[in-house]
Amino acid sequence: MSIIVNKYKCGYCGACVGVCPTGALELIETWIEVDNKCTGCGICQKVCPLGAIEVDR
Amino acid sequence: MKNEYDIIVVGAGPAGSITAKTAAEKGLDVLLIEKRQEIGDPIRCAEGVGKYNLQQHIEPDPRWICADVKGSRIFSPDGTMVEMAEEISGGEVGYVLERKIFDRALANESALAGAEVMVKTRATDLIIEGNTVCGIKLMHMGEEYEVRSKIVIGADGMESKVGRWAGINTSVKPEDMETCAQYLVANANIDQEFCYFYLGNEVAPAGYIWLFPKGGNKANVGIGILGSESGEQRAIDLLNDFMEKNMPEARIIEMVVGGVPVSGTIDRTIANGLILVGDAARQSDPITGGGIINAMDAGKMAGEVAVKAIRNGDCSEKGLQEYEDLWRDTIGKEIDNSLVVKETFVNFTDEDLNSLAKSLQNVNFTSMSLMDLLLALFKANKKLLWNLRGLFKDIVKNDIDFKYRT
Ligand SMILES: Cc1cc2nc3c(=O)[nH]c(=O)nc-3n(C[C@H](O)[C@H](O)[C@H](O)COP(=O)(O)OP(=O)(O)OC[C@H]3O[C@@H](n4cnc5c(N)ncnc54)[C@H](O)[C@@H]3O)c2cc1C
Ligand code: SF4
Ligand code: SF4
Repeated sequence: MSIIVNKYKCGYCGACVGVCPTGALELIETWIEVDNKCTGCGICQKVCPLGAIEVDR
Repeated sequence: MKNEYDIIVVGAGPAGSITAKTAAEKGLDVLLIEKRQEIGDPIRCAEGVGKYNLQQHIEPDPRWICADVKGSRIFSPDGTMVEMAEEISGGEVGYVLERKIFDRALANESALAGAEVMVKTRATDLIIEGNTVCGIKLMHMGEEYEVRSKIVIGADGMESKVGRWAGINTSVKPEDMETCAQYLVANANIDQEFCYFYLGNEVAPAGYIWLFPKGGNKANVGIGILGSESGEQRAIDLLNDFMEKNMPEARIIEMVVGGVPVSGTIDRTIANGLILVGDAARQSDPITGGGIINAMDAGKMAGEVAVKAIRNGDCSEKGLQEYEDLWRDTIGKEIDNSLVVKETFVNFTDEDLNSLAKSLQNVNFTSMSLMDLLLALFKANKKLLWNLRGLFKDIVKNDIDFKYRT
């Protein structure tokens, strides 16, 4: 399971990185990278101020 | 870049730059790294700070001050206004900054003090030997390097990873994160000497909308709501609603997003060879969301303790304990108080908020302090605010008067 970040919508603020319980996310300059620690919990999706994240189930 | 420094500071926000400056001034060999190519940009901030506290760290400079603020106007859901304004001569108690320039000025100060500064340089992991942090792995222009140090300072902000790499769980729960969106607008048409706050579960569930003057009829118009309230309606949607209804003339010239940790203090901010400061240590205020001053105060403490620890040859957790004690005794106490207030306020209905605001209709505030406001609210609404009695125990018992008049 993983997530899809819409890079055309993302405002590269890092709020998703701060809430991810497994540390699967990283904010690199203007984009978000996801690694295999993602459990698909959906917390990042809930918190994103712009709604740029979708959980891919 | 060398192979080894006394301290490496990760993140050139206010926390990192003040830490680096403090340590470099005392002669330490300091590396300050920032992952972005431009320090301070994009901002994640409404840019409001108290004047007095700021002056403890840096001489105010018109190049990074957009507006002088002398008071706040707070609106309850039914539009009842509570105004707080300082009556001291001159009147201004706060500034609205231009953080892109401010953050860069702070980094510049650390460079002038002797720190080496590198941008577009991202920490990717810690070097840990035994159970001691001995440096970092970093990436600069696509190349990976290892750089060693006696102490690593994690000043990497809300999205901090440094603490996690050292085994300190700094992840924030959705109910402990304010998710925020903000526009810088032209045609703001507000009194440029006031900050405006709008409360209510419809406009901003478990949060508020703010309007901070930015000079020249501009303003930062933003919203923060609790992550647990975000979903169908997100911060950006609620902000757009507010703008449409209340500021149809305003024109957006910049967009800002971000998260503010409002969890209150975390259990540990040090490890062997490691210190966390600022948002990375979750040191922002749970009620206002303000974190610039706390980040700078903590940065100063961290820099001073790092100097001592290195001079004493003990950079273990024990050697760094003084930092933990210092900040918990100052910033930490304020954060604990604010957390009680936050937990009380997030449960209020719109009716509660309206009646709180109405109870202050005849109070004429002459100070802008949050504690003064809370005390006045408490005196008028003891039942509703009973949870906060601990904050005012001494004041109420001894009937000490605060800076407001009825
Ligand atoms: C919408 C919003 C409004 C706010 N309004 C206010 C306000 O009005 N007043 C106020 O006082 N506070 C406000 N805050 C809070 C304030 O912005 C923060 O508390 C403050 O910036 C914290 O400073 P810091 O130095 O700890 O972290 P930051 O300023 O976040 O700096 C951290 C730096 O570390 C860098 N970094 C992160 N990871 C790495 C890495 N791996 N390697 C290298 N560099 C890295 C980042 O790029 C960043 O530059 C607001 C926050 C938000 C989101
Ligand atoms: S929270 Fe949303 S806008 Fe912010 S970095 Fe993550 S995906 Fe992008
Ligand atoms: S879905 Fe959960 S685990 Fe995956 S990136 Fe988002 S917050 Fe992290």
